[in-house]
Amino acid sequence: MKAVITVTGKDNVGIVAKVATECSALGANIIDISQSVLREYFAMIVLVDIDGLSCAFGDFVDKMSALGDASGLRIATMHEDIFNSMHRI
Amino acid sequence: MLNINDILETINMIREENLDIRTITMGISLIDCAGDDINAVCDRVYDKITKKAERLVSVGDDIEKQYGIPIVNRRVAVTPISILGGRFSSEDYIKLAKTLDRAADTLGINFIGGFGALVQKGCTVGDNALIESIPYALAETERVCSSVNVASTKAGINMDAIQRMGDIIVKTAELTADRDSIGCAKFVVFANVPEDNPFMAGAFHGVSEPECVVSVGVSGPGAVASAIQRTGDCNLTALAETVKKTAFKITRVGQLVALEASKRLDVPFGIVDLSLAPTPAIGDSVAHILENMGLETCGCPGTTAALALLNDAVKKGGVMASSHVGGLSGAFIPVSEDAGMIHAARIGALTLEKLEAMTAVCSVGLDMIAIPGDTPAATICGIIADEISIGVANTKTTAVRVIPAVGKKVGDEVVFGGLLGSAPIMPVNTYSPAKFIARGGRIPAPIHSLKN
Repeated sequence: MKAVITVTGKDNVGIVAKVATECSALGANIIDISQSVLREYFAMIVLVDIDGLSCAFGDFVDKMSALGDASGLRIATMHEDIFNSMHRI
Repeated sequence: MLNINDILETINMIREENLDIRTITMGISLIDCAGDDINAVCDRVYDKITKKAERLVSVGDDIEKQYGIPIVNRRVAVTPISILGGRFSSEDYIKLAKTLDRAADTLGINFIGGFGALVQKGCTVGDNALIESIPYALAETERVCSSVNVASTKAGINMDAIQRMGDIIVKTAELTADRDSIGCAKFVVFANVPEDNPFMAGAFHGVSEPECVVSVGVSGPGAVASAIQRTGDCNLTALAETVKKTAFKITRVGQLVALEASKRLDVPFGIVDLSLAPTPAIGDSVAHILENMGLETCGCPGTTAALALLNDAVKKGGVMASSHVGGLSGAFIPVSEDAGMIHAARIGALTLEKLEAMTAVCSVGLDMIAIPGDTPAATICGIIADEISIGVANTKTTAVRVIPAVGKKVGDEVVFGGLLGSAPIMPVNTYSPAKFIARGGRIPAPIHSLKN
């Protein structure tokens, strides 16, 4: 199973590293990253495989969200099923 | 592989356009709780509800987290309570209402529906006692919702019951006068009531439903309004297509959540109700959808046509997105729960008569409308009879939830707070239908009820 992590906020040094480190620590394998900076605004979408998570998915969502709060970013993690449901027949 | 634009669209719908799941509602049959002794029945009802729905709130929280979509309410609907106690007095029914309230409190849900009766053809002894108890039950509980079905296309209109509804509504308003007559916001009078509706105040668990089901009500007026805005100056055919596509996406989320809730709770999936349910929040208004179509203000000429287009497109888009569609399924037009409707009513663009016309082409009916506190019971009965006739003649659900706010007159406002919102007092035609209402009896079922 996969999940989509979206990271938005003011650009600063080390955002990708922080997110990647947390994913690695919790057993989420990064499959794809798309990232852009528009003026000072940072936006990143990370697709992760969550089969090897070392915690429950709900805890993973909370921990990523907490990382966002601590770094002045907004990090939302959602199961891929919601995107598949909405955009694929 | 997921498409980035699709991901961004979903996130935008949730964050910016107020897309949410309005309710996960568990329907629970209480038929096996019936009996002679009111205290024993109350105990069985409390135990059954709190056991069956024990994990409803936590499962809702977990799903919310998994998919990153807000699930606003978790609710319970039960068998129409009048069926449980043919031998009970009105006082006994009030005890039952308090038991439901206590169970809702224990579960941590905001509303429990089903304190009602189905009397389209006539009242049993139990129905009569329950109807008598409604004003007191609503005044003495916080979370209990009540509904009475007074008509159907098949049975006709029970005018004796409608006659009583006027008195019940006035009494409920009086008993909750200190809170802007909020009791009336928890009471609906229906025609052709659906037995699987997950939305309050009209939710109950129909007699033909299984032991326990879980149903979902979606929302998303903001997402539809934004999609229409993005289409620019297209013609109405293209606009209807846009609404359909958006409704499809919204309903797919509802279906996903419903299946997941069903799996986690180990309870069969009932239906997805694909209604556009507004809230008083800015950007979550059905009136604003109509205004984005090109109306200066909701309520102006053209409103009924715009609403008919919207309601039809929502159904067409939604029906393919869910394996079982049910409940009310359409656009809701409550006044107090919709920022655009509140505004339109305040400036006089939206009248009771226009709302009545609008209900002929959308789901539900005259909903959350505050009227002067001195409106006679017979006039309220007349309003109900008109609205119910629209439902019966058109083989659709209609309903009335009006609040004759005690001590208030046109120009004043009532404030309920939360999802129930606030509303200006709307003027009511002051000529009297009293003699017509006093005739009582039943209006026969329309000819098209004879389909066999």
